[in-house]
Amino acid sequence: MPHISPVIWQFLVKWMTNFALFPPEASRIAPQMDALYFFMVLVSLIGLTIVILLVTSFSILYSRKRHPVAVQIEGSTLLEATWTIIPLGLFLVMFVWGALLYFRIYTPPANAMNIYVVGKQWMWKAEHPGGQHEINSLHVPSGRAVQLTLISQDVFHSFSIPAFRVKREAIPGRYTTVWFEATTPGTYHLFCTQYCGTDHSHMIGDVVVLTPEDYQKWLAGSTSGASLAQNGERLFASLSCAACHNTRPDARGPSLANVYGSRLRLSSGQSIIADDAYLRDAILNPSQHITQGFAPIMPTYQGQISEEGVIALVEYIKNLNSDYRVQQTTTTTDLLPESEGKAAPAGQNAPGKNPAGQGMVKQ
Amino acid sequence: MSTTIISLPDQSTARVPKVNYLTKENGLLSWLLTGDHKRIAMLYLISISFFFFIGGALAGLIRLELLTPQSDLMATDTYNKVFSMHGIIMIFFFLVPSVPATLGNFFIPMMLGAKDLALPKVNLLSWYLYVAAGILALYAMSTGGVDTGWTFTTPLSTHYVNTNVITTGLAIFIAGFSSIFTGLNFIVTIHKMRAPGMTWFRMPLFVWAHYAASILMVLGTPVLAIALVLVVLERTVGIGVFDPAKGGDPLLFQHLFWFYSHPAVYIMILPGMGVINEVISTFSRKRVFGYTAVAFSSVAIAVFGFFVWAHHMFIMGVSNYAVLVFSLLTMLVAVPSAIKIFNWAFTLYKGSITFETPMLYSFGFMGLFTIGGLTGVFLGTSGTDIHLTETYFIVAHFHFVMVGGMLMAFLAGLHFWWPKMTGRMYPEKISQLAAVVTFIGFNFTFFPQFVLGTLGMPRRYASYPPEFQILNVFSTAGATILGVGYLLPVLYLTWSLKYGEIAGNNPWQATGLEWQTQSPPLTENFIETPIMDHEAYDYEWLERQKEKEVASVG
Amino acid sequence: MSDSPVITQGALEAAHHEHPPYQRHHFETIGQQNDATNFAMWLFLLTEIMFFGGLFTAYLIYRNWYYPAFVAASHQLNIVWGSANTAVLISSSFTMAMGVWCAETRRKSGLVLALVLTFLLGLVFLGIKTIEYSEKIEKHHVPGFHYSIQSFVNPASDPVAAAYGDKPLALDMAGKTELYFFLYFAMTGMHALHMIIGIAILGYMIFRARAGAYTSGHVTFVENFGLYWHFVDIVWIFLFPLLYLISRHQ
Repeated sequence: MPHISPVIWQFLVKWMTNFALFPPEASRIAPQMDALYFFMVLVSLIGLTIVILLVTSFSILYSRKRHPVAVQIEGSTLLEATWTIIPLGLFLVMFVWGALLYFRIYTPPANAMNIYVVGKQWMWKAEHPGGQHEINSLHVPSGRAVQLTLISQDVFHSFSIPAFRVKREAIPGRYTTVWFEATTPGTYHLFCTQYCGTDHSHMIGDVVVLTPEDYQKWLAGSTSGASLAQNGERLFASLSCAACHNTRPDARGPSLANVYGSRLRLSSGQSIIADDAYLRDAILNPSQHITQGFAPIMPTYQGQISEEGVIALVEYIKNLNSDYRVQQTTTTTDLLPESEGKAAPAGQNAPGKNPAGQGMVKQ
Repeated sequence: MSTTIISLPDQSTARVPKVNYLTKENGLLSWLLTGDHKRIAMLYLISISFFFFIGGALAGLIRLELLTPQSDLMATDTYNKVFSMHGIIMIFFFLVPSVPATLGNFFIPMMLGAKDLALPKVNLLSWYLYVAAGILALYAMSTGGVDTGWTFTTPLSTHYVNTNVITTGLAIFIAGFSSIFTGLNFIVTIHKMRAPGMTWFRMPLFVWAHYAASILMVLGTPVLAIALVLVVLERTVGIGVFDPAKGGDPLLFQHLFWFYSHPAVYIMILPGMGVINEVISTFSRKRVFGYTAVAFSSVAIAVFGFFVWAHHMFIMGVSNYAVLVFSLLTMLVAVPSAIKIFNWAFTLYKGSITFETPMLYSFGFMGLFTIGGLTGVFLGTSGTDIHLTETYFIVAHFHFVMVGGMLMAFLAGLHFWWPKMTGRMYPEKISQLAAVVTFIGFNFTFFPQFVLGTLGMPRRYASYPPEFQILNVFSTAGATILGVGYLLPVLYLTWSLKYGEIAGNNPWQATGLEWQTQSPPLTENFIETPIMDHEAYDYEWLERQKEKEVASVG
Repeated sequence: MSDSPVITQGALEAAHHEHPPYQRHHFETIGQQNDATNFAMWLFLLTEIMFFGGLFTAYLIYRNWYYPAFVAASHQLNIVWGSANTAVLISSSFTMAMGVWCAETRRKSGLVLALVLTFLLGLVFLGIKTIEYSEKIEKHHVPGFHYSIQSFVNPASDPVAAAYGDKPLALDMAGKTELYFFLYFAMTGMHALHMIIGIAILGYMIFRARAGAYTSGHVTFVENFGLYWHFVDIVWIFLFPLLYLISRHQ
């Protein structure tokens, strides 16, 4: 190519080889989203064509030269009705279709595996239930529904995976959720799309979709030794939560076994389902979430636990299906300081010692 | 593009009338203390053009930075400041006042047959507030700028950035009052200052559109004002109203902010739609098709426009059912825009069309606004919004509406009324060229951004993955063409102030009352209060007037 | 340049009308001028409603969320001063209305007296407000400035809270009283700002009224200011029950 300057040539090569017009479809929802998207593109093209055709044909037919004297026309109720009703009908179709899609994207299936994601300026931190911890990347298995529970520890962020066609804001102070089921193994972009300050454009990462086998390997290879729930258990002990939340008859706080997902009656008379958001709020703003029959004596942990800490506690409480473990913690807290070292291996190495019926941490 | 309806007076003998609003008084003070709506409109025209080119220069910097995937021209911080100031200046200091404060200010009283707006002093006050706000914004910009984006999202703006949020917030607060006073003045004028015979349904549609926009200004802007006051207090005192750590709710800010800022979109576009009515009718020599439908669609947009704000928050964790309601209402607000587009298209039907510059800009408006409006439906549909929001798709969408729509309409109106405002014609050929260049440049700049958005490129990114580069290069290349398209009018319009042909009273043979008086008009607009004895856009009435005159002169 | 198809006839008579000196040139009749300025004032008050509306929205939301904090915090407001201020403000609205009547019936000394009384009552209101604010400052109830939640976590230590028999609030809920006080200061502060602007205009009006400016038939300025004053009064009529009264017996 003697006639093309090397710089331009290099650009051309780069563009031709590294050029995208449409994002990959890598999740179950992506083809559904694209179907609606292309339907809307089609409707838009037809609409635009009609407008262009009308304008150009009238411009030609009724130009001053061909049509020197304008004919004054008031209007036409029939035509007005036509172009009110037809667009309205089309828009309503899009509305219903879009709403169905919206509910699908933001209603996770019951069996989805949950990964917590914490956004902060300017990184994404993912907490897997098995204790795997990632920054600016997210490993997920293909063919399995994955729910993300998002929260931000500072400003608004937005967790966006274009290849999956999903996006959700991470908001300070409350959990939001989104789910997807990845279909094609590969590496995809992860963006923060809500402007969040100086390095907003560096708050990007990779979503790595692995086959289930590879995913198991990855899980095994990236374990940090303790699961998220075990970290939570350790926090539970070190914050002396079990001093009140135990099953002793004189317990000052409600027992937390099987509390997750159950319906609670609050002292305000409200009845509420204990979900992630409730558990988080009950730790940080306890006085608004007093269970009936208990005194509002729980101190707030606002500012004392990081968002990851709260997540670990929530994950621990979520998996707590009997009080056996709490009693264990109470006894271990009495034995401080060794308990710190003891709690973790106890959970990990001694499944045999805990009969399945009494095992607290579902793993 | 050869035939024309221009009916200029004989250029060898014609002169601009000696006494007119421009020559009535001389000296800087006569301008700075004027109560004349036409002079205030000219003051506004100069000031908003100034801000437009500052905003435009910032846009140029943005496009240059995005030429390459790395943030190499500017540090990310600088880039953030540049796009924030671009948005703030373009929205609050150009788009919101653009058509209303210049063309609206100039022509609403004239179209109604009034001598002035109802409250001339308030009108002047609103210009001073605008200037004060503008100076404050420029001060904030030159002493470190602001990097919150024009949306001031809390808690970023209240707790995390360290730039001139307070000064800028104050500037917007003041600019808001300028806009409230303009809107208030229009509403009062339209209610109380109409000439005898000027019933509501004889008003030009330009006035209807401004009436609708004014309602939005008067009711929406105060909410923005209070939201900004709260941001400033949160920043200075730390009151906690938007701070989740203190029990506040950052989403409350989103609600308050978008309660204004969504209607603000209609504040920006409705007056532009008003311009298109006048231009299309005049250059097809035909009354606007379906006058009442167009008039009511403006009001419908204003009313529905107040109840769709939460569609900016679909992915922020608002309740699914709120999403349903707001998505449905968004669909409803799209319909009046469709009605308008089709009515304009059918105004051409059996007309007698010529293609002067304002008409070319209007055609540009119709095409680009159709795209802008339809892509708005993509975003109003809750499902697709999840993928497309916060990406370049949304950037492209609102630039199609705001720049492709509003700016095209502004230029159409500016060319259309230029002869009336200055008494001289703009040069036709070069301005037609400018219109075409603008259209081409615009599409090159913003169409690739739809594709970028679909690919998922997030907005407000100083750097981006390399596979997005080619489309960004297209966009930047288009922006240079667009820049030329915007510079040309400045040059030839300035030139025409001295060398343009004498326009005469009614070069376009238009029907509006503003054309039935001398150009440039007298300070009192009309020698005698006009009496409106015909419908708007009554070209037969205009013919009869001409015949009468020929008879009386003969 | 003779082609001037301006719609002729009509309006000729209007041109020869006698204009009162205060009629601005761009109005056809004085009636139109009065109509227009009155209408403008109403619209302006509408924007004011939207302005306060943002704060009322915030108040309603947070009151709902943090009910116990709002109850306890509102007990800290001084009901006596609040009621006194309400009475002062209603009286000032009365004197203002009298002023408008005097202007309409061209009673110069009556108008000046009414305006002076309104002016003084406005100052009394601000004076009482200052007393109330200084109480809050002493107790460290000003959000953002060394805010103290002592009165709420330990009501026994605070005579006012003790008098109401407040139960101690949990720490996290007690923290939310800061939001209440912020809204209290924002709403009453914004209201006081409107009062200050009103009083300044009143001062100017007294000066002009003594020169006889409003008793020669040109009453719109007084009327419109009256509208403004009554509006500010009405805002208080909403603020007083919401901030002082609504939680008194809880």
